[in-house]
Amino acid sequence: MTKPFRRAAFSAFGASAAAFALALVTPASAQSNDPIKIGVIAEAQAVAGASIPQAAQLAADEINAAGGVNGRKIEIISYDNHSSAAESVRAFQRAANEDHVNAVIASYISEVVLALEPWTGRLKTVMVTPGAASDVITQNIAKDYNNLKYTFHGYATSTSIADATCDAAKDLLVKDLHMKSAVVMSEDAAWTTPLDVEYLNCLPKIGIKVIDHIRVSPDTTDFTPIYNKIEGEKPDVMITGISHVGVQPTVQWKQQEVPIAMFGVSSQATNSSFWQDTNGAVEGVLYQSFAGPGVAVTPKTLPFVAAFNKRFGNNPSYAGYTSYDEVYYIADAIKRAGSTDPDKLVEALEQTDYVGTIGRVQFKGKDSPNPHALKIGPDTITGLMLQWQNGKQVNLWPEKVANGKLKFPSFIKLGAAN
Amino acid sequence: MGVLFWQILIDGFAISSLYALGATGFALIFGVSGVLNLSHGALMVAAVVAAWAAGNDLHVGPYAGAAIGVAIGFGATLLTYFLIVRPLQQTRKIREEEKEIFILTATLLWGIMLQELIAYFYTNNAKTVAPIVQGVVSIVGVRTPANEIFTSVVCWIVIGVLWLLVNRTRAGKAVLAASMNPRGVTLMGIELSQVYIAVWAIYGVLVGIAGVLLGMFLGVSSYSVGPLTASAFSIVVLGGLGSVSGALIAAYVVGYLETVTAYLISPAYRTIPPLLLLVAVMYVRPRGLLGRR
Repeated sequence: MTKPFRRAAFSAFGASAAAFALALVTPASAQSNDPIKIGVIAEAQAVAGASIPQAAQLAADEINAAGGVNGRKIEIISYDNHSSAAESVRAFQRAANEDHVNAVIASYISEVVLALEPWTGRLKTVMVTPGAASDVITQNIAKDYNNLKYTFHGYATSTSIADATCDAAKDLLVKDLHMKSAVVMSEDAAWTTPLDVEYLNCLPKIGIKVIDHIRVSPDTTDFTPIYNKIEGEKPDVMITGISHVGVQPTVQWKQQEVPIAMFGVSSQATNSSFWQDTNGAVEGVLYQSFAGPGVAVTPKTLPFVAAFNKRFGNNPSYAGYTSYDEVYYIADAIKRAGSTDPDKLVEALEQTDYVGTIGRVQFKGKDSPNPHALKIGPDTITGLMLQWQNGKQVNLWPEKVANGKLKFPSFIKLGAAN
Repeated sequence: MGVLFWQILIDGFAISSLYALGATGFALIFGVSGVLNLSHGALMVAAVVAAWAAGNDLHVGPYAGAAIGVAIGFGATLLTYFLIVRPLQQTRKIREEEKEIFILTATLLWGIMLQELIAYFYTNNAKTVAPIVQGVVSIVGVRTPANEIFTSVVCWIVIGVLWLLVNRTRAGKAVLAASMNPRGVTLMGIELSQVYIAVWAIYGVLVGIAGVLLGMFLGVSSYSVGPLTASAFSIVVLGGLGSVSGALIAAYVVGYLETVTAYLISPAYRTIPPLLLLVAVMYVRPRGLLGRR
């Protein structure tokens, strides 16, 4: 060991020893002025993911401007996961171990959230997802509550989303258009497995017979053979479950003038930029969502959209709404818990009763088959059914918050309706 | 059965024509300068994203958007040549026989850099180019998008022009000669580096046009970079490295094999049979269908 190095090493040791000693004598009150840190792990390069850190930052700035949480500011630390589960796990470890965050908001991809879930228990760090949907996330909590109770599902489960879609289909397709048959088309991914199960269960209950169930590979580039097959089966409607794919099936549907309406989950269609992304091919597509531009789901929805648009120049993606709410109810839970201790924070979050931008947020209890899943229903969160019309996202359902009527492009042939 | 047959024939033709155009330039630069450009897919995606951005950010019409896309594809290709390939070809620090592998690695990394830049600025969501022709026409009972016919026609016009250029002009003949015997060409008093620039310029135009057409027909995202390079690469290897006519035939073999698989088996498996065929060709006829070496 050379002399200068030894000296440097010694002084570094001295400094850290001094810091350690200082930390021991520092009174607890000093710590309470430290900022509350919330880590945000998201797909910054994807349209749906980009809104997650932006909306979280917006919420944090608003809370801080109003005085913070018991005088403590909220600090958002963002990590771009490049849509990769492995990078997300590394980001989560860094957030918990090095950046010492008090909670994490993570991802719209179910595969990513499922990969992070065991780490919430190992590192005792609260995680809330603003956009993943797979029911398995909360089913895992039911199986191993003590370890996985740190995970909260801040977005609807796939099963709830399918039910919400069926509820809307009952009014819009069965009652108004007398449709009787459908083909379910979804992408092959973790979130669509429970979605499809529930579609196949709830569609027949509202009087729609499922003729075929097609799962498409997410790397499909040419949808012609799929549409060709569906058209041959002559359903009244296509019920969709797509999120990772969006632009290509939509553009090709329009280009080939597939005469069957698309109705269901089409996550990318929730983005305000989707009209541009598809050069207007999305005209007439119906998609399920829990919020939409111009729809005052709660008194908080429209002010949030306006503030987001003013700051970032576009409307939030679906995961933006939930990410914004999550910062608020995490802050609220820390306030109620009077501490950032993870176990106390979990207890406080379980008691959440917060009206956010998409409805009233309450989590299902420990004894539910889906603990920490959002309660979905008329008293909490109902969901919407929107349609792209002339470059705008128009809400059609439920009727009390509708701002338009169903309208299809001319190439759609409404078979059973005639 | 009848309709399905025509459907496969028509769809397969459109996709194959696009593959042919994309792979022709790739085969040409390998034939002439021995360069396997693994940033091929990234250059095509750059053309698509540029055409898309021109339409949406600059609000230009479909023709101007397509022209801007082709121009950016052309520019990005020349940039690749002058920034990445040419310095490696000319350096004395790397031994001649090792240069090919250096260029291979450098273009691969360059492609990844372009991909990340595109994803950073324009997200990794798929983009499509506003089509120049819209609507559908019925061909023997198959409802075919007019854009699909437009794609095939443009591909074949461009390939035809390329053929005339190579076989009927002096500069083209120099290119052809360079692909057969580079040393001979230099002995004839033609500067090889000029030939290279000409070939890369032609390649740039082909990449731009193929990219924009692909953007109108199917759409691409930054994730398409790898698969696009891989498909051009396997078509060219199947056709015989460096053989342009081999690449054209291989493009149709691959295009139809994929389409038949997609229609008769499942769209999820469409890329598998061409890869199996490639492996089989490697065993039986390693120089490819029309390869010289």
